[in-house]
Amino acid sequence: MAVIAMREALNQALREEMTRDGNVFVMGEDIGVFEGSYKVTAGLLKEFGERRVVDTPIAEEAIIGTGIGAAMLGLRPVLEIMTINFILVAMDQVVNHAAKIRYMFGGEVGVPVTIRTPGGGGQQLTAQHSQSLEVFFAHVPGLRVVAPSTPKDAKGMLKAAIRDDNPVIFIENISLYNTRGEVPDEEYLIPLDKAEIKRPGRDITFIGHSKGTLLALEAADRLAQEGIEAEVLDLRSLRPLDCDAIVESVKRTHRAVLVEEGWPTYGITAEVSATLMEHAFDYLDAPVKRVGGIEVPMPYSKPLENAVIPSVERVLEAARSIL
Amino acid sequence: MATTVIETKGLISLDRFSLETLHQFHYQMTFIRRFEEKVNEMYTRAKIGGYCHLNVGEEGSIVGSISALTPDDYIYTSYREHGHAIARGIPPGVVMAELFGKEGGAAHGRGGSMHMFDPGRHFMGGWAIVGAHLPIAAGAAFAINYRGDAGVSVCYLGEGATNIGAFHETLNVAKLWKLPALFIVINNLYEMGTPVEKASSVPEQYKKAAAYDIPSERVDGMDVLAVHDATQRAMDHIRREREPVFLEFMAYRFRGHSVIDPGRYRTEEEVKEWMLRDPILMLRERMVAAKLLDDAAISAVEQRVETEVQAAVDFAEASPFPDVSTLFDYVYA
Ligand SMILES: Cc1ncc(C[n+]2csc(CCOP(=O)(O)OP(=O)(O)O)c2C)c(N)n1
Repeated sequence: MAVIAMREALNQALREEMTRDGNVFVMGEDIGVFEGSYKVTAGLLKEFGERRVVDTPIAEEAIIGTGIGAAMLGLRPVLEIMTINFILVAMDQVVNHAAKIRYMFGGEVGVPVTIRTPGGGGQQLTAQHSQSLEVFFAHVPGLRVVAPSTPKDAKGMLKAAIRDDNPVIFIENISLYNTRGEVPDEEYLIPLDKAEIKRPGRDITFIGHSKGTLLALEAADRLAQEGIEAEVLDLRSLRPLDCDAIVESVKRTHRAVLVEEGWPTYGITAEVSATLMEHAFDYLDAPVKRVGGIEVPMPYSKPLENAVIPSVERVLEAARSIL
Repeated sequence: MATTVIETKGLISLDRFSLETLHQFHYQMTFIRRFEEKVNEMYTRAKIGGYCHLNVGEEGSIVGSISALTPDDYIYTSYREHGHAIARGIPPGVVMAELFGKEGGAAHGRGGSMHMFDPGRHFMGGWAIVGAHLPIAAGAAFAINYRGDAGVSVCYLGEGATNIGAFHETLNVAKLWKLPALFIVINNLYEMGTPVEKASSVPEQYKKAAAYDIPSERVDGMDVLAVHDATQRAMDHIRREREPVFLEFMAYRFRGHSVIDPGRYRTEEEVKEWMLRDPILMLRERMVAAKLLDDAAISAVEQRVETEVQAAVDFAEASPFPDVSTLFDYVYA
């Protein structure tokens, strides 16, 4: 197994799927010559040419709308929206169109489009460029929403997303592109609806996605030094939510701390918490705790930004309050 | 105002400007250049973070146009706006303090490089979502009309912003409602790494205004005098005819899209060629030829600028970081 960065894993997934299926093409702002704001599409223009690596103007609505239109005719567009914040400009295409088309037309047509986009903060990009908006999409029936935390998952899930016949919102995180991990040498896919235990434990369950999972893993390492074994469940898929995996883990550990980078109010952690309430109430020995971004627009100033973004310390604090 | 192209116009005579104005143009452009170089340096020293886009190369477009505005006018810009903020009179120390994320900054450290603000000077913000500030600027023009105020809403944008829906919606209502608005595209030929011909089916941005029957003009953005002249004529037209005008300033950014972009998508020759048309050097040459400026006067200006930029850094250093206890300030009224 090779150890590669998340960025490289995503790049491999794109390259492999484009090689496998001539209907797969990538499209987005500055993804060709410039190779993408975060260099995920590096080398693709050279390898596949302008027909299949399409640089666009700054026109998110046109990017997503044309992607939908092409997908309805059977192509498999993989759209890059430079950061998740800019999808808001094209939310109508995502929510009123991509998510609705199959159902509204009685199953006569599908929209096999994948929209890749990074969210997250921590790099002083301020209020309009630092958001974690996954819940905006996870709210909507008809969309699949995934947010991997490791290079291996990123590669296997992106390949699965491209092959999936539904619109998939594939959420990356700007602070994870350089994180490294083992990726199998042989071809593999990872299902789009399964959480995974990233670290087994018996005393408490940490549940997160994307960067939240990494915070949870770090916190679990720290607790292990004190003899406390935390289980870390990585959601991976946000819609559908793998309720069975969530409930199974907490049935064993009886305690849960939920972690997300975004605002917890009406957030992913709120949904997971409701799931536990409905299906694991009798197994809980303590209230469910949530850790998320502090509920303000992201400030620029470093000390303020540091105070907003969830930290390992805050995960530990939440865990200790219920252990 | 007719729709004209840059090539058809001759140079604007120096005689049309007072000596004081010419020296002011020279000083302000030199100041912005040095300020931005210092910002770059402070970024490498990690005093500044996040996205940081410099105006280096665009000083003629900025100084020439903002000098033609009155205090009644409102200014809206993209995220590439340190120079606009300074030209409008926001103290450079306050701009630098914002870049440092300090309480003494233009947005009290909450906004950073892309979000300078000063309502007293009608500097209505740097904005970071491409094209999104256009309708907001049109809203200011709407309010001006509604209340019968003086003033024009002046909205700067990059040429990349002309390809997004908000641009077209805004131009349409601006003309339809006869809004006192001036749209200024600073066309630096690249939206990030994408050349304008690859992103715009009509690369000449001023032509897009014609679709909405808005008078427009393309101007040499490296010539501060031409910019000033065009802006003044545009403002006169807006005030007289009560309708929007659209200007396109042809300029170039001598640096990458942001301080961390090495700009590999442009050839060295192209950058060098444009640097020959450096707005500061072009004005200097003309003033020197007319014996309005000499080497001694130029180095005096450079000395003064050096001291003032250092003072801006000192101010920013001395200003405190916002206290974490104030984190929730300004979320709601
Ligand atoms: C809606 C939206 N899409 C994408 C971006 C990312 N982005 C920031 S600046 C930029 C290029 C803008 O180019 P241009 O309008 O020509 O202005 P310049 O930066 O050259 O001054 C892009 C794509 C954004 N901020 N907002």
